[in-house]
Amino acid sequence: MTPAPLHLGGERLLLDPSGALFWPREQTLIVADLHFEKASSAARSGSLLPPWDTRATLDRLALLLRRYAPRTVVALGDSFHDRHAHARLQPQDAARLRAMTEATTFVWVLGNHDPEPPVGIGGNATTEWRSGGLVFRHQAIAANAGANPGVVEVCGHHHPKAQVATRGGGVTRPCFVADGRRLMLPAIGAYTGGLDVRHPEIASLFPRGGRVFLLGRDRLFSFPLAEYRAAGPRPPPPAPPLTTL
Amino acid sequence: MSGTLPERFAAWFAGRGWQPRSHQLAVWRAAGRGHHVLLIAPTGGGKTLAGFLPSLIDLAQSPRAGLHTLYISPLKALAADIARNLQAPVQEMALPLTIATRSGDTGAQARRQQRESPPNILLTTPESLALLVSLPDSAAFFASLAVVVIDEVHALAGTKRGDQLALCLSRLTRLAPAHRRIGLSATIAHRAPMQAYVSGDGHGGGVEIVESEDGGAAPEIGMILPGGRLPWAGHMGLFSAPEVLARIHQQAMTIVFVNTRAQSELMFQELWRLNEDTLPIAIHHGSLEPAQRRAVEAAMAEGRLRAVVATSSLDLGIDWGGVDQVIQVGAPKGVSRLLQRVGRANHRMDEASIAMLVPANRFEVLECEAAILGAAALELDGDPPGPGGLDVLAQHLLGCACAAPFHPDAMYDEVRAAAPYADLARRDFDDVLGFVEDGGYALAAYDKYRKLFRDSEDRVQVRSERIARQFRMNIGTIVEAPTLKVRYSGRGGSLGEIEEGFIASLVPGDTFLFSGRLLRFVRLRETTVEVADGGSGDPRVPTWAGSRMPMTSNLANRVRAMLQSPETWHLFPEPVREWLALQKRRSRLPGRDDLLVETFPRGGRWYLVAYCFEGRQAHQTLGLLLTRRMERFGMAPLGFVATDYVLAVWSANKPHDMAELFHQDMLGDDVEAWMAESSMLRRTFRNVAVVAGLIERQLPGASKNRRQVTVNSDLIYDVLRRHQPDHILLRATRADAAGGLTDLGRVAGMLDRVRGRITHMALSRVSPLAVPVLLEVGRESVRHDGHDDLLLEEAALVAEAMDEPMMAG
Repeated sequence: MTPAPLHLGGERLLLDPSGALFWPREQTLIVADLHFEKASSAARSGSLLPPWDTRATLDRLALLLRRYAPRTVVALGDSFHDRHAHARLQPQDAARLRAMTEATTFVWVLGNHDPEPPVGIGGNATTEWRSGGLVFRHQAIAANAGANPGVVEVCGHHHPKAQVATRGGGVTRPCFVADGRRLMLPAIGAYTGGLDVRHPEIASLFPRGGRVFLLGRDRLFSFPLAEYRAAGPRPPPPAPPLTTL
Repeated sequence: MSGTLPERFAAWFAGRGWQPRSHQLAVWRAAGRGHHVLLIAPTGGGKTLAGFLPSLIDLAQSPRAGLHTLYISPLKALAADIARNLQAPVQEMALPLTIATRSGDTGAQARRQQRESPPNILLTTPESLALLVSLPDSAAFFASLAVVVIDEVHALAGTKRGDQLALCLSRLTRLAPAHRRIGLSATIAHRAPMQAYVSGDGHGGGVEIVESEDGGAAPEIGMILPGGRLPWAGHMGLFSAPEVLARIHQQAMTIVFVNTRAQSELMFQELWRLNEDTLPIAIHHGSLEPAQRRAVEAAMAEGRLRAVVATSSLDLGIDWGGVDQVIQVGAPKGVSRLLQRVGRANHRMDEASIAMLVPANRFEVLECEAAILGAAALELDGDPPGPGGLDVLAQHLLGCACAAPFHPDAMYDEVRAAAPYADLARRDFDDVLGFVEDGGYALAAYDKYRKLFRDSEDRVQVRSERIARQFRMNIGTIVEAPTLKVRYSGRGGSLGEIEEGFIASLVPGDTFLFSGRLLRFVRLRETTVEVADGGSGDPRVPTWAGSRMPMTSNLANRVRAMLQSPETWHLFPEPVREWLALQKRRSRLPGRDDLLVETFPRGGRWYLVAYCFEGRQAHQTLGLLLTRRMERFGMAPLGFVATDYVLAVWSANKPHDMAELFHQDMLGDDVEAWMAESSMLRRTFRNVAVVAGLIERQLPGASKNRRQVTVNSDLIYDVLRRHQPDHILLRATRADAAGGLTDLGRVAGMLDRVRGRITHMALSRVSPLAVPVLLEVGRESVRHDGHDDLLLEEAALVAEAMDEPMMAG
């Protein structure tokens, strides 16, 4: 796993190929859109999805906690799929999550799916979290950049993904999106889908372009936001001419 | 003979100057004896009338209210056409009966009316029947049912739609035990499975087979070679367009069949580029707007066209008559398929159909010649239908519960009376039922959210009307890739649908060919692609997933046999003979029973070419497994490409020890690892999950927002594989993969067959027979599952072009 460094607002940040962000100076790990108990929420409305999504998401989180040993974890909202999700956690999942919030400072930034602080899980809840020149929110505020020059916004909510045309066909992956003033994180929850970065809801937040960082198995793949589509299928490197007959 | 028919009917036949055909009478008599009937007759043999005749006579003799005959067709449009055609005898004989059609297009009011006072004859599709049997009043609706006519049964059996229909038919046997079935089939290779399909017990019991005696004259099939050079590779056959156009000139009406929708668009453009006399030539394929397809069919029927460029969208359907010749451009892929297409020109039974094959490359010359010989010998092919899909069963069980409570033991017996499920194990049945009830997960988390519950008598009931409503929105077994409507900006008419993935690769201003037009991409608006006419630059051609079918094993065996028998080579044109002779000198020819593997260096890489002749899908699967194995053996494979005939793999290091490389171990060691990553299996799982009702169907026109909340099936696949690898849906996915999509079974069969019979030719340079596949390298998309490598390549190229670092920082 090779994280990619990104300099924003004078801070050095690390983009992790799992979709998390690490801020070395503050020893802070940032994750977006965990969506705990999405499966049981779907089950209530008739889609009986495999019920291990919380467990799978916790596995990812545990791996990140081991790798970075952060002092603080900031969850950028929609950590719980709905208001009652915390109550539906399987007992062993709940215990595991509590153990994490006891060992590390957790900041639950509230999102539209979880507008109220989780009960009995630990950690602190807030609508936004500021540190240094960075502001951490669930959903980007379109005017942020203009209103607060110099303040960099770190957000989640949209579940950005991007498609790249390769000679093996289109490859779609969740991605980070960044320009000089804003960094949007991909969703890290096990069952979270994505929204294409070209969709106006995301594109309008990056009016002057920027870069996307697609998640790979061990590393990230970076493309300019505006041009990444123009990279159409290409022929492979030329081989010598065929002369057999 | 006609004297045996009731007078009214005999007079009607005579009034038209017709004689009832012997098989039409035979079906009527067999039905009279209370038997199920399987009628096997070629296209144009009056099959449909044969199917309806017993019902018309019965209803004429004893008119009654209520549903009498259910007719099921694989095509909505076909049901509508048949309904129209039936009106003629019904009106002319003044028969006292009512006819109606029902499909997804039928309005709510007409549906309600049909349920309140059912027509005597109802024409419908498997999907609409599935909906009908899930309704609470289905028992009353079907109680009076006397006859079920299943049209094109050969096209349904062995598909998921066929599985669904078989289960619904079994349900009908429960609701109306006395009804009999009449299956209408084209000439088929495997008779017993078709007989079992039509039977009421799943094993072929009580079915009388009626075969049309007048098989018609044998077709005259020839080959058209291009005027210029015979190409080494490619599948489009566009260079033969001048010869195809010349042929169109000679006959009044021609169908030009091609293999893919993309090919139809290209061939259509090419013909029109040359069409100086502006002959009326049209295009017909499954992604075009239905209204436009209907207009083309009507123009054909009225004789207003000289030619139609068509895909399999015209394989089935009513006889338009007046088709004078069929031209097949590109490989025919199978003898049965070829005969079906050739039969489209069979406008009179006693005249030979005229058909021409147009090979697109050298290997296709061999395949065309093999198909011509196969057709002359009437050697039909196609695989016998495999066991029914468990995902389809899951959908059906929920549907049955929506209609009325059922007891699992009785339902298990009912399901096994459907031929595709005749050998269903009780454990599989119970697991499928468990999946429908509460997901069937080892982690019992969903008791509160069960879809089905058991009552005090252990009968299964649906939990709420909401579950039933949800079920009815998701009926069906065809899962299509998400598509977008194409329409002109400003003025509304829709042209058809293309896949979302294709549009993602376009930027405004790019041009593409669709619906026979050159279009310019204007913008994407929610789920609509807005286009304008014209534009400049090289147009792209949309492709559709899974549109290419593999060559049948019979045809492959014929090709292999011909390669081994130089005495048959006189059938081939000079360049092909020379090519094969040179191959024999430089390397050797693939044998009938062995596996020829050539290796040679080229351009700093090593190439391995295996002449398996197992069809493209099987070669794709073999390629994925073989590269994995080569990786482990340290040969550093770099990529592969598969055609219908061969597999070529290139690697950094020299491949060696072919016996070990092609060992059957491949299926043990590598299949599991491959299952985890294979994009083919992920697609298979997605389809299984949608059909089984785990995830909701993405309806066309669903908003982006809706899609964002739709759970990605890849993520479910990963989680399920990790936590419950033997879950019923994963078992269903593996079964589908082994039987169809990945042809794993065909790979296994081949590895077994060639054990100890691998002929390795270590060459110093590429062999003549290997040239075509090497030319495909780069032309074909590399179906690599290691997408990360492709992303890296792409990122590096972009970085190079944009002159910027690949990573920020």
